[in-house]
Amino acid sequence: MRIELIKRPQHSALFSALSPFIAFALTLAAGGILFAILGKSPLAALYSYFIEPLTEIWSLHELAVKATPLILIAVGLSVCFQSNNWNIGAEGQFIVGAITGSIMPVLLPDFQFWFVLPLILIFGFAGGAAYGSVPAFLKVRFNTNEILSSLMLVYVAQLFLDWLVRGPWRNPEGFNFPETRQFHSFAILPEILPASGRAHWGFVFALLAALVLWFLLSRTMKGFEVKLIGQSPRAGAFAGFSDKRMIYFAFLVSGGLAGLAGISEVSGAIGQLRPVISPGYGFTAIIVAFLGRLNPLGIVAAGLVLALSYLGGEAAQISLGVSDKTARVFQGLLLFFVLACDTLIHYRIRLGTAQKPEGTA
Amino acid sequence: MGILEAVLLTIATAATPLLIAAMGELVTERSGVLNLGVEGMMIMGAVTGFAVASSTGSAWLGMAAAIIAGMAFSLLFGFLTLTLVTNQVATGLALTLLGLGFSGMLGEGFVGRPGVKLGNIDIPVLSDLPVVGKLVFGQDPIFYISILLTAGVAWFLFYSRAGLTLRSVGDSHRSAHALGIKVIRIRYLAVMFGGACSGLAGAHLSLVYVPQWVEGMTAGRGWIALALVVFASWRPWRVLAGAYLFGAVSIGQLHAQALGFGIPSQLLSSLPYLATIVVLVLISRNRRLTVMNTPASLGQPFVPDR
Amino acid sequence: MNTTSEQRKNLLNVRGLTKVFGTLVACDHVDLAIGHGEIHALLGENGAGKSTLVKMLFGSLEPADGTIEWNGDIVSISTPAEARHLGIGMVFQHFSLFEALTAAENIALSLDTQTPITTIAEKAREVSQAYGLPLDPYSLVGDLSVGERQRIEIIRCLLQEPQLIILDEPTSVLTPQEADKLFETLERLRDEGKSILYISHRLEEVKRMCDNATVLRHGKVVGHCDPRRETASSLANMMVGSEVGKVVRPASPMSDAAEPVLEIRALSRPPDGPFSVPLRDIWMTVHGGEVLGIAGVAGNGQGELFEAISGEVTQRAAGEVRIRGTDAGLLGISKRRLLGAAFVPEERLGHGAAPELRLTENLLLARHRTDQASYVAAGGVIRRDALTKATKRIVDIMDVRKSAEDPEASALSGGNLQKFIIGRELDRSPRVMVVNQPTWGVDAGAAARIRQALIDLARSGSAVLVISQDLDELFEVCDAISVMHNGHLSQPMPIAEATFEKIGLLMGGAEGAEVSHAAGAS
Repeated sequence: MRIELIKRPQHSALFSALSPFIAFALTLAAGGILFAILGKSPLAALYSYFIEPLTEIWSLHELAVKATPLILIAVGLSVCFQSNNWNIGAEGQFIVGAITGSIMPVLLPDFQFWFVLPLILIFGFAGGAAYGSVPAFLKVRFNTNEILSSLMLVYVAQLFLDWLVRGPWRNPEGFNFPETRQFHSFAILPEILPASGRAHWGFVFALLAALVLWFLLSRTMKGFEVKLIGQSPRAGAFAGFSDKRMIYFAFLVSGGLAGLAGISEVSGAIGQLRPVISPGYGFTAIIVAFLGRLNPLGIVAAGLVLALSYLGGEAAQISLGVSDKTARVFQGLLLFFVLACDTLIHYRIRLGTAQKPEGTA
Repeated sequence: MGILEAVLLTIATAATPLLIAAMGELVTERSGVLNLGVEGMMIMGAVTGFAVASSTGSAWLGMAAAIIAGMAFSLLFGFLTLTLVTNQVATGLALTLLGLGFSGMLGEGFVGRPGVKLGNIDIPVLSDLPVVGKLVFGQDPIFYISILLTAGVAWFLFYSRAGLTLRSVGDSHRSAHALGIKVIRIRYLAVMFGGACSGLAGAHLSLVYVPQWVEGMTAGRGWIALALVVFASWRPWRVLAGAYLFGAVSIGQLHAQALGFGIPSQLLSSLPYLATIVVLVLISRNRRLTVMNTPASLGQPFVPDR
Repeated sequence: MNTTSEQRKNLLNVRGLTKVFGTLVACDHVDLAIGHGEIHALLGENGAGKSTLVKMLFGSLEPADGTIEWNGDIVSISTPAEARHLGIGMVFQHFSLFEALTAAENIALSLDTQTPITTIAEKAREVSQAYGLPLDPYSLVGDLSVGERQRIEIIRCLLQEPQLIILDEPTSVLTPQEADKLFETLERLRDEGKSILYISHRLEEVKRMCDNATVLRHGKVVGHCDPRRETASSLANMMVGSEVGKVVRPASPMSDAAEPVLEIRALSRPPDGPFSVPLRDIWMTVHGGEVLGIAGVAGNGQGELFEAISGEVTQRAAGEVRIRGTDAGLLGISKRRLLGAAFVPEERLGHGAAPELRLTENLLLARHRTDQASYVAAGGVIRRDALTKATKRIVDIMDVRKSAEDPEASALSGGNLQKFIIGRELDRSPRVMVVNQPTWGVDAGAAARIRQALIDLARSGSAVLVISQDLDELFEVCDAISVMHNGHLSQPMPIAEATFEKIGLLMGGAEGAEVSHAAGAS
């Protein structure tokens, strides 16, 4: 059998809207098969993965907590990916934002005023943006591949955080545990509805960031510039836009938002720095960005779906005894299916019998 | 065995997986395909190799299984990017994320299990030579494979007709297609070769370097291998030089950690990653050289018209 | 259809060959017969289906219907290798060469043998000497000129010892003198008994050399003829199917009083890539009311010159480019547009327009600074209604045919997109217009419309600079022609003095004095 792609004259609006749903359905099907192989009932497993976490108020709060960093980071990545800048180091920018945001509460624990919270958020944003500007600078100045440089900086950031919390920033009253002191109350991002659960104001920031960037990308000249440079750099130059400035813009925005996500996670959900503060949010956000079709509003929905897979993994481990590592398999599969389904937007697929096996192997 | 000899030996062990993975990616990229999933294929090789070896007791079977796993995983990438013409960068990332997740799940039962080490092969007489003896003639089998692989790839690319065809596809898939060269088929083969090499490199980690299964044990080596290909400007012998340079850096920092010096171990551990960035900057500074060497259709989508 | 004995003697008989792309019937039941030792012309407009037809003959496209008979046997040619095996060779219009490989390696790739490269290089040298096509087999294709690249294609083809050679628009990249040499080679091949299928839209050369002609229009065969018995205009009418509006060029109101609107002074630019051409001390003045043409073989610095004038690449000194009396050398493209200049690059998709953006967005692409007040509201918000209105205006004036209300640029045919891009700039009434290859790949009707629009713009007082490889076009629209060769620009030659021969010599690298001498001698 050979698979033949036929280019559509226009991209299909129908499949632009449908493709994330088809991908999600295919992921569920593949997940069901996976559970069957593991000897679990597919329906029960999928129920505990994707329905159970939605049945209780407190777990809806947890959903928001998990979705917050995913949405914040992915919204920034949508600017990067649309402008053809491959920042895959958001995990590192997340960590650095968490570190710079923690400078005040950790080093000046007695400095307790109301304006500490806004300051640490700004510090977090700035730290992430500064860390993101490194691969941007290297790309602009030396033509260095940003994929590799931004990724290498993730490992560096992880090791740096590990050193900080085991060394200079370790809590002096902490019985030698590798963690910083707890944030004081002025440095804590408050909960939205303290009575019912843990969801903090970071979630509101995430929604606001998505709204602002949606407007920017879809309605303004800046958004036009992002799209144009991303699709055809030469046409972008012909329009009078600078691709170098765009590289900085994309990395500063996405790095900043990742940094904000980092400090929000530490200040809102954890309350202190530890050697590991992220279960790979920076990488999962790549999946979120693509599942949301690089549209900030789509990303909000996609962020909730991926957050659900984290919670579902924990739920399924408790109720069925399957490893919570299956969650990451789900996430990986989802991205595969999303990318495969996006083909339908630009091509019609024709299956035929092979006269020549070009296209299959 | 002298200290120098021991250090050189460990450098070779650290360099071998980088060399093999980079050599596979070099062939893939020479055909015009950018597969960023090396890390994912490598870790799939590592977990499969370990699981099969520890279940059957045969490290050789483990190695074969790792190669097959890497190749199978690369086919997934091939199907998406070559048949469905998806974005190669995004698909490569997806392959890495899936590999890291999938290996974690598969390997869960093997954490802490004793490993099976692929034994060294001492070539009689030669391995007793001073200094170079153990280093060159008393190594693990994958070491020998890595050297043969380098020579083989160098010969294939620049002295064989099939290698010329592969390079032509990487230079211009339009022209190649017009001449009747089977662009997609060649790229599938190149992608699978890259997958097999990554799988083998992973097997080296879990059957020789560490002989254990640790989640995420590739620790960015797949990415460093990708950087090595750029560093080597797509030339096999330069990949070998680069791999040994990186092996030296990572072994050097390990020894520095052991000796103390009062430098925090985490900062030393980050040296290989920082070195990667420095090397990339140095090599990419020269735009002209980069343009001359990069396969011209690298990463470009191709839909044959029929 | 009964097979006559004459048809049986033919080398190639094609019957009912059909190819469909989506809804477009590119070839519709095409018949074609080629005898032994004949040069057969395949004529047709851009988009008539010529390239599709020969790609099917060469096995790179699969016919939907029809038969191909080769030396009396029905054959199915499903790969280029099979075509070569039968004895069909092809010289592509857009060369199928590999820039990073040597000439010999390029040749080896189409020979289906295991002959060592050194042997192939030797053979290539022999053939190149035998046919007067000088070539160093070990040179890198990326370093070669367009003419040399074509030689590789031809030698590659000859080494396969074909019975039928297909040449797709071979002279479009050559100087008139190089084209003459090519004709000699082709006539020699015919005398050796080989057959040639010659695709062209240049009627003079077809009349001069071809024994038979088949004319295609909209994918259908509309006639067979002996081109020697036809006139250029009768052939043109067959190709186009109707009278094409003639381009009218009223006398230039040029007087010495006309002010210089675009001035280039001592412009130099180093090469910015391994295969790019440096610009060497270029001087040029275009006055209001005038169309100046720049001729030249592809790859002699025209693209680099365009980028330098447009401001996509800025100069080292402000005075190197002056637009309407202002030193613009250090200004970017947007600032140069604000001075009244407009630019149309050679590449339509990916340079002049973004393929996946809609027409309204592609309008914004070139006009967002000059028409900021109309198209961009406070806070950088794009005014879509204004863009839609302006797009409609341009579409109506330029007669852009489109299938949707606001389609993506890639959904338009080449000619229609070019009309839109030119219209987008004309809509501003620019004082300086710089166009690179205005009608490349555009059908005759659209080309005539575009050329007339450029002349009209000039006559309204603007300065128009046309860079083109198409000499017919330049002679049609220009008041004077300069020639680019290897990064140098010649003195402009007034159109009254210019001939194909003189311009051709300059394109080949001759100096001004030699040209007047050679032309005087002939």
